[in-house]
Amino acid sequence: MSATDNALAEQAVRGRAAGRRRTGGRSWTFYVLLALFIFYVIALYGPMICIYILSFQDVRGGLVFPMKGFSLHWFVDLFTQVRTGDVKGSFDRSFKLAIIVTILTVVISFMSGLAFRKRFRGDTIVFYLMIGSLVAPGLVLGIGIGLIWSYLGLEASWYTSALGAQLSWTLPFGILVMFAVMSRFQNAWEEAARDLGASPMQTIRLVVLPIIAPGLIAVALFGFTLSYDEFARTLQTAGSLNTLPLEIWSMTLNVTSPSLYSLGTVTTIISFVIIGVSLGAIYLIQKRRAARVAND
Amino acid sequence: MAITNGSIELAGVIKIYDGATTRAVDGVNLTIPDGAYVCFLGPSGCGKTTILRMIAGHEDPTDGEVLIGGENVVGLTPAERRTAMMFQSYALFPHLSVRDNIAFALRVRGMSSSERRKAADEMIDKVRLGELADRLPGQLSGGQQQRVALARAAITSPKVLLLDEPLSALDEQLRVQMRQELCRMQRELGITFIHVTHTQMEAIAIADMVVVMEKGRIKQAGPARDVYDQPQDRYVAEFLGGQNVLRGKVEKIEGDRAIVVAPELRNVVVPVGARRGLAPGAEVDFAVRRDDVGLSRPDRHDGGGSAVPTRVRAVEYQGNFVKVMLDPVSGDELVAYVPDRIFYDDPFAIGDLVMAGWHADKARMLA
Repeated sequence: MSATDNALAEQAVRGRAAGRRRTGGRSWTFYVLLALFIFYVIALYGPMICIYILSFQDVRGGLVFPMKGFSLHWFVDLFTQVRTGDVKGSFDRSFKLAIIVTILTVVISFMSGLAFRKRFRGDTIVFYLMIGSLVAPGLVLGIGIGLIWSYLGLEASWYTSALGAQLSWTLPFGILVMFAVMSRFQNAWEEAARDLGASPMQTIRLVVLPIIAPGLIAVALFGFTLSYDEFARTLQTAGSLNTLPLEIWSMTLNVTSPSLYSLGTVTTIISFVIIGVSLGAIYLIQKRRAARVAND
Repeated sequence: MAITNGSIELAGVIKIYDGATTRAVDGVNLTIPDGAYVCFLGPSGCGKTTILRMIAGHEDPTDGEVLIGGENVVGLTPAERRTAMMFQSYALFPHLSVRDNIAFALRVRGMSSSERRKAADEMIDKVRLGELADRLPGQLSGGQQQRVALARAAITSPKVLLLDEPLSALDEQLRVQMRQELCRMQRELGITFIHVTHTQMEAIAIADMVVVMEKGRIKQAGPARDVYDQPQDRYVAEFLGGQNVLRGKVEKIEGDRAIVVAPELRNVVVPVGARRGLAPGAEVDFAVRRDDVGLSRPDRHDGGGSAVPTRVRAVEYQGNFVKVMLDPVSGDELVAYVPDRIFYDDPFAIGDLVMAGWHADKARMLA
């Protein structure tokens, strides 16, 4: 921390202390808002945490509290019992689908971000169509795609119709993130690269991509998580084989054991791993950059 | 085709941007000798940056030719033209260190990493950035960033260096310092520098040749002293400043002198200069440098030269001189720069009646 930072921090502390003295304790609105906030956090995370806790019961376990024992029984059950549904197969499909969606979202969002820096004929229409697919009710959109597929006599499947339905959801998100990223991108960087003799490919590889890499990772993260737990648009478009969210949903209708909860725990862990890996990648990029600068 | 010298010729260059109705550059002809320091001067929107970008190869002229070293370069890339540009915001790559920024042009040319490192370090020494080689641009001050931008542009030994408002992002003090740095680099590299600015003091301080532009056209081009001291018309005189530009009607011609009158002016003598063929009755503009205008009390005026009775409106102390603003003459500003020692011998107060006079030879007829 530099000297100025210290001075600033000191000033802030002093300012805060002075503020407290002036008001003589917190006002009542503070406690009302605090209570509201605590209630909000409990409402947000409470149910999920209950599910995680209940998934660790032993063989006597039920769907409600109190906890009956403590074991990994229902996790084993999840992967061994056929009656719980096709968890492994649906996870496999969901993961592959999420990877494909992520790659397409990143590539198309990147190119759109570059394209939308300039005005072009019909750019406003393209933009509003994109926003339209974002606000359209997912279930209706999914049913529509399913209907068209059957009308055309095609067989709906997770890697065709469901892929398209999910892209209608992830692409607008990805492109909006790219707009924010590109708003901080100076076109003069590209021009400077050209001026210094770089070919268009070299400009993309050596200048554009490294500068916006953290933004692209954010787009990838969006693409993956939005696809991985997509339900509404996938419901009518996945065809005969379920993705994981669809499988979980069908399990809630006929599985009445805590293995449903252990499935929730496992999928949550996978989501967190993906997010952790992405944030780690951003961190590593920045660290490597700093290190290269230091050792060069 | 190899460009071996940095002389530039613009021949009938016209630029109309897509969708625009007016010409950003409207028929420019100009010859710039190799190794000159040229400043394009004009208000924003006068086309000076467009000309720069056309020389750099970032814009193609709608019509006309751009020649560098005698070769028509329209359609060539910046690298093929042997030009390099320094951008207004510097456009340093934020993810690369100072050294990698400077070595960028060598990297895209496929030079090995050890060779380009060596070349970059030599250039870093030249612009005195030694201890900052491993910093990122975000960690540098404005002046340091400018030096990196200069070094990055100069590393390929271009024949022409193009600078787009290079000093506009700096504060006043640094600006004066960096313009000396630019002059030094230009002498050291011995190449043509083309510098775009809207600040007249900057232009006349550093340029061998000043090009004054208005609405896509060149109004006057020449050595800095000529342009400042002998402006051709009202626009150039007013843009460069330091001149009183007055208007009047020719009453009669006496040899090579015209007698000019206006409601406030009586029998002002102006040498005809280049405007031979001037007839009585013509409306003319003429200029008198502000520091050529002398002030005296009406009762002490000696009656020699040209003089205008007027009144002091405002006084500004400027250090080595005093700027005395007088009542306008037919709507034109009248200002005298009086050396401070002379002024404070007998200071004028606001509202004082004075005679503003000048030697007849100091007036210049404008086109």
